[in-house]
Amino acid sequence: MIRPELVCPAGTPSAMRTAVDAGADAVYCGFQNATNARNFPGLNFTVPELERAVAHAHAGGTKVLLALNTFPPAGKVDLWKEAADTGARLGVDAFIVADIGVADYIARTHPDIRLHLSVQAAASTPESIRYYCREFNVKRVVLPRILTVPEIKLMADEIPCEIETFIFGNHGLMVEGRCSLTNYITGLSTNMDGVCSPAAQVEYIKDDAGNLSTRLGEYTIDCFSCNESAGYPTICKGRYLTPAHDGPYYAFEEPISLNLSTLLPDLMKAGVTALKIEGRQRSKAYVKSVVSAYRKAVDSIMAGQDPQISDLLALTEGQKETQGAFKSKTWR
Amino acid sequence: MAPILFHWSAEDKLAFYQRIADAPVDDVYLGEVICSKRAPFFEKHYDEVAEALTKAGKQVIFATLAEVMLKRERHMIAGFCALEDFPLEINDSAALRHLKDKPYRVGPLMNVYNEDTMAYLAARGATHFSLPPELPRDSVAILAAKAKELGVTTEVQVFGRLSLALSARCYHARAHGRIKDNCQFVCEQDPDGMPLNTLDDQEFLSVNGIQTLSHSYLNLIGELQDLQDMGVTHFRLSPHTVDMVAVAEIFRAVLDGETTAQDGRAQLDALDIPAPFVNGFWHGQAGHRMIEA
Repeated sequence: MIRPELVCPAGTPSAMRTAVDAGADAVYCGFQNATNARNFPGLNFTVPELERAVAHAHAGGTKVLLALNTFPPAGKVDLWKEAADTGARLGVDAFIVADIGVADYIARTHPDIRLHLSVQAAASTPESIRYYCREFNVKRVVLPRILTVPEIKLMADEIPCEIETFIFGNHGLMVEGRCSLTNYITGLSTNMDGVCSPAAQVEYIKDDAGNLSTRLGEYTIDCFSCNESAGYPTICKGRYLTPAHDGPYYAFEEPISLNLSTLLPDLMKAGVTALKIEGRQRSKAYVKSVVSAYRKAVDSIMAGQDPQISDLLALTEGQKETQGAFKSKTWR
Repeated sequence: MAPILFHWSAEDKLAFYQRIADAPVDDVYLGEVICSKRAPFFEKHYDEVAEALTKAGKQVIFATLAEVMLKRERHMIAGFCALEDFPLEINDSAALRHLKDKPYRVGPLMNVYNEDTMAYLAARGATHFSLPPELPRDSVAILAAKAKELGVTTEVQVFGRLSLALSARCYHARAHGRIKDNCQFVCEQDPDGMPLNTLDDQEFLSVNGIQTLSHSYLNLIGELQDLQDMGVTHFRLSPHTVDMVAVAEIFRAVLDGETTAQDGRAQLDALDIPAPFVNGFWHGQAGHRMIEA
């Protein structure tokens, strides 16, 4: 079994330091603009910040992966090219890309820097992945969260690159890179602007009975009675009505997080060589506890011991968790 | 005429294409784009339908699946890519691997957002680009100009519900308490999609198996002149149960300058589609908005 790389979120310079110190093998991050899929206010790096962060990460033996994983709309491609050039100058270890034009630019201009295919590219078959490997010399694919572990194992035998999968964190229901629900409501695009349910258009409205409605733009996404805790209004985790279903229901999925801790050994045996923790929007404390717990778990498995799964389960205390598509086809 | 996104019975599809043979459309896309489980129901009719449409002077194109995961789906894609008789529209990158230097069309569910991606694919066999519906006007204008320079053609959806998301999970099955493998084809009950309303009963989305669409219908009849002026060559109508021959006639008449956009809009309004028209994406705004000229 190959020792997998633990790939950790770095939404801010301090989160990156925290992840590095907690034992991340690699951290992923982005610039403060539309070139990455977590273009949220208060997150991400300026150029000087990234320069210092790369130095700190490299000093600790941690790789820095730069996310350039959105789709530049026509007329704005230069912003993505400049981001790639800057990343190359600062010495990042890999670019995470989704757009064919961006992949081609980096493969031609910075051929010595590794290319990782983002989950946003939605490459879900050996044919698709082999295409990106052949055309752009992609070294690693981040798989869409739609395959079971046995399917991933079969995939590993058919592709010439490394496999990274998400193991923990927010669990989007739509195939990444193929969702414009946010743009339909808000006018900001997940693919082009790196935005999902932008906070500036979120509202919490309390009625006289104490029920709390969560709204995005002009649409109600959910409504919580007094004894429920209100979730953030993400369209794919809202409750809706349809004639075929009796009463309000989570049409896509409940507010739930992904936790593959019990599947970790299976994933590693299936040939997954990079384990990704979601959460560039999360706090330093969260990054510290999740990264430390997964660091210990991975090291235990590599040493032939049982990982302390209970530590990992405790991380989602109070929140529902799922193994999503990974455990069984019945999820679909 | 875009591929039928919904699970219509073979009978309904046959009747539809029989009528479309006489409609004023140039290109007709056949093929199941959303769910591989539905595909066998119509497979045996393709030859006959394609022949009839070709005889009626239409260009027939086969559109491929938008989400490819399973072995059976991978075989479907490989099979389609080996077709010699008809051009293909691809909707997932799995097909790119099979199509090295073979001409093909790029569907709207492929992510071609910019001129670099367009040029890259055009240099390797792509002859025609159907653009993602969330692209704003300014980006479409740049892509239309680039396409002209590259000697390829461009297509923009101008009518029908907007495809907003794809998933691995079937939301039709979920609404009926089932899973995808045991769906019993409940999606057949909703020939224009299953309505999804907010808790305060505002009409919002429309579910079609693994696909989520808008409740509202895209309508760019007021923007047709602008689209033509910028060099967009093809205008895509997405099939619904509304009289699509009438829809095609209205768009045709406006494109040919025989009807004003305003009259065309009034005629579309008169079809009484049970959902509002929208054009927000085109204007760089929220997709559910309608910006009146």
